[in-house]
Amino acid sequence: MSELNQKAVAKYQNNFLKEVEERVEDGEWVSMCMQCGVCAGSCPLGPHWEHSPQKIFRMIMAGKRDEVLTSDSVWMCTSCYSCIVRCPRKLPITHIMHGIAHYAHRLDVAPKGQPTRELARVFWNNLIKTGRVNELKFSLAVYFKDGFSQGIKNLMSMQGIALGLVKAKRLNPMEIIGGHKCKDVGGIQKMLAKAKEIEDRRQGYSS
Amino acid sequence: MAEMKTAAYICSGCGLGDKLDVPQLAKIAQKEGKMALVREHDFLCNAEGVQMIRDDIEKEAVTHICIAACSRRAKTEAFNFPTVAMTRANLREGVIWVVSEGGDHDEVRQEMADDYVRMGCAELKKAKMPEGNPNHTHLKNLMVVGGGISGMTAAFEAAETGYEVILVEKQAQLGGWADKLWKRVPFKAPYAEPQDTGVAELAAKVSSHPLIKVYLNTTVAETSGAPGRFAIKLAQESGAITEVSAGAIVQATGFTTYDINKLPELGGGLENVVDHAGLEVLAKAANGGAIKRADGREIKSVVFLQCAGQRDDTGRHLPYCSGHCCATSIKQAMYFKDANPEVNTVVVYDDLRVPGMGEDFYRSAQHKGVIFAKGNASKVETAGNGCRVNYRDLILDADSILEADLVVLATGQVPSSGVNVVEWDKLTKEADGGSVEAKQQKSELKNISILNLTYRQGPDVPKLKYGFADSHFICFPYETQRTGIYTAGPVRRPMDILQATEDATGAALKAIQAAENASLGRAAHPRAGDLSYPIVRLEGCTQCKRCTVECPFGAIDEDEKRFPVFNEQRCRRCGTCMGACPVRVISFENYSVDTVGNQIKSIEIPDEFSEKPRILVLACENDAYPALDMAGLSRIVYSAFVRIIPVRCLGSVNTIWITDALNSGYDGVMMMGCKKGDEYQCHFVKGSELAGYRMSKIGDTLTGMGLEPERVSTFEVAITDNAKVAGFINDYVAQLVEMGPSPMKGFN
Repeated sequence: MSELNQKAVAKYQNNFLKEVEERVEDGEWVSMCMQCGVCAGSCPLGPHWEHSPQKIFRMIMAGKRDEVLTSDSVWMCTSCYSCIVRCPRKLPITHIMHGIAHYAHRLDVAPKGQPTRELARVFWNNLIKTGRVNELKFSLAVYFKDGFSQGIKNLMSMQGIALGLVKAKRLNPMEIIGGHKCKDVGGIQKMLAKAKEIEDRRQGYSS
Repeated sequence: MAEMKTAAYICSGCGLGDKLDVPQLAKIAQKEGKMALVREHDFLCNAEGVQMIRDDIEKEAVTHICIAACSRRAKTEAFNFPTVAMTRANLREGVIWVVSEGGDHDEVRQEMADDYVRMGCAELKKAKMPEGNPNHTHLKNLMVVGGGISGMTAAFEAAETGYEVILVEKQAQLGGWADKLWKRVPFKAPYAEPQDTGVAELAAKVSSHPLIKVYLNTTVAETSGAPGRFAIKLAQESGAITEVSAGAIVQATGFTTYDINKLPELGGGLENVVDHAGLEVLAKAANGGAIKRADGREIKSVVFLQCAGQRDDTGRHLPYCSGHCCATSIKQAMYFKDANPEVNTVVVYDDLRVPGMGEDFYRSAQHKGVIFAKGNASKVETAGNGCRVNYRDLILDADSILEADLVVLATGQVPSSGVNVVEWDKLTKEADGGSVEAKQQKSELKNISILNLTYRQGPDVPKLKYGFADSHFICFPYETQRTGIYTAGPVRRPMDILQATEDATGAALKAIQAAENASLGRAAHPRAGDLSYPIVRLEGCTQCKRCTVECPFGAIDEDEKRFPVFNEQRCRRCGTCMGACPVRVISFENYSVDTVGNQIKSIEIPDEFSEKPRILVLACENDAYPALDMAGLSRIVYSAFVRIIPVRCLGSVNTIWITDALNSGYDGVMMMGCKKGDEYQCHFVKGSELAGYRMSKIGDTLTGMGLEPERVSTFEVAITDNAKVAGFINDYVAQLVEMGPSPMKGFN
């Protein structure tokens, strides 16, 4: 169990609703859910989730901390906003789903190897290096995230598209060396560090 | 009144003149109807036409008029002649609007109109102008039974309207249940916080009102009489009896809470399980501070279980929803949150229903951190220092557990409506048969009676459903089946304070109307203002008791020789007694066995070779007749072979009409009335049911006459059934055509 997670458990004990209200973005809305189920019925991915937003909210209120934070469901949201549009209580459901996913990720209790989570992680690490996304390195990192031989297989299957992109000058093979970056890489990284510090303080991770 | 002089007025407006041979109608009125005066007019309901009628009444001394124009339900303001007897022949809605267009149908259309004119004249000759009940009453004050929110409101509103009120309360102080509450559910914007009950202020206003006399520690020992002349004996705690009188009565006896000891599975009887009333006691004791249990321990967690012993389909508990409990639990959860936001409050509900502005109140509770869990509690048991609630979480579909210092059961309201008169009636029959046990049970039952009515039909007002005293929740709120006695508040149906306040105001106004109408010799709702009243020829009476038993409103008592005693002020003028009477001695001035019988006999019956059947339709004037009018208004075509007579209620249909009609050669009789049974829509409660019962017995008579039983049929028609009713008629006519003409034709 990560240190942050241990601290959170110690701080909130059994009051998971309070934890969500204080630490999850838009979490203060959860208690306003009236369990009508319109979100669950509106979600285009509904049948493929284990827990609909309605269930997630009920689980939070019932104090089911582990089940919520390790749920695969919150990562499945595609941000189509159907639920937000239809919620009669005007809950920002999409934002809450992302907020929970983000919180679970910060505590490092989110499901390991969850594809959305892995893709986001690779994307983020790629972005903060130079302040710009290096598409070539990003693609390679995604191909090779499951090991070398799987990476080669992914490369072979995608080579036609890659060559096409090169021909059309949409992909520069030279990006493999360094690649383009923003003017002040150091400044970007300082800014991101500062943002994280503010978030940690505000959400209570640091103290 | 002076000598009878009749007149018929035939209108040719609204297309009547184009489609009908009006001069021929006039001739029929004169020759066959024997009207002394017959006039045609091309726009009878305009000022000139109405003036013509007025002039005739004044100068020609006309006393009886037949208006052959539109339906009796149309143009009632123009055709309002209170000094003469009047009948209406319905040529517009009843003929030209419902008979098929075109020359092919001219013949049947004219025949139909001819018959309606004959019927109008025939009815007129037997009708008298209603003069009003000569037994006028003078009392216009009210007695209100029950000094809770409903009773106090009814008393106060009536007194503010200028009527004297006697307010009777069993307890030593006014206030009732509401007085026991710490706060009430909000009734003013923003509907977010519990509000003061306001009971003390209302009680002070009532106690000091110059028109209200309050009797505390008092019950009603006896009520006799009728609207406008109720004589009441009040029993004080000391045993003293005070005699008072009142013009009308409002019964606002409220409710008791469902006994939680009947709910052992939900912890009823356990130390830390209370109902709503029990929690109010704790909240009042806390006086805004932290709420403590009976053992003095501060409550840190509380669970509310909704629908406890309510909405039960197993037959063990209350089958209905009491309506107020969701909002009440929300309010009580707020007691805890307002005193200490850290208290864990969970409301376990199946369906959360907060009518009115309750949705704002619900949201406010969510903001305060009250948790709402959709689930069904199965078991509550003692655990540690508190309780453990086992419930099925209906969202997560999983068995779950909640631990709490206190469990609150949202139990329902049980009406305090006194004796069940159906049971009473049964016991009376057994006791009359000599059963000592029944006699004993009867005297025990008498102890719980509220009004102690001296009516032959039992000591309290009849109950509608689940023990609530009412006669129809939707169509006639407050009206009981005892005229001049109105119920208000939770004795009538489950409700909260705000609804009870509105209810009490409505009932007070109804009671005032009843007393006023009685003082003028007029009927109360639904024939409000009707001046006719039942007149009985006692010398012909055979003391069969059918009228006294069948009267839905308990208007008829029996004297010591078992003759009926009519209390006209209690009567609603439905005519059920007239329909019941086997010797036909009961009648109304403008509605009697003769007025209808004469109409039935007046029409011309074509012979059996004409292929023109005649079907008599007896249509309830409350629902079926308006539906037929609406069919006309919508130009829905139906068979021209029917002849429709409106009746006050199917209960007023005397079987002699049926046999007369069939003997005269009608091919069939359709009876159209309101829905009967548990979900009845009959304006007079039992009329359509009684009619159905009587008609079920007529089969033998028909067979004896050599007729098929299908020649008499009953139909349920609601006021909205304008399209359906035409279908009923056409199908029935087709059925009769197939059956062939009545063998009775040509014998009269």
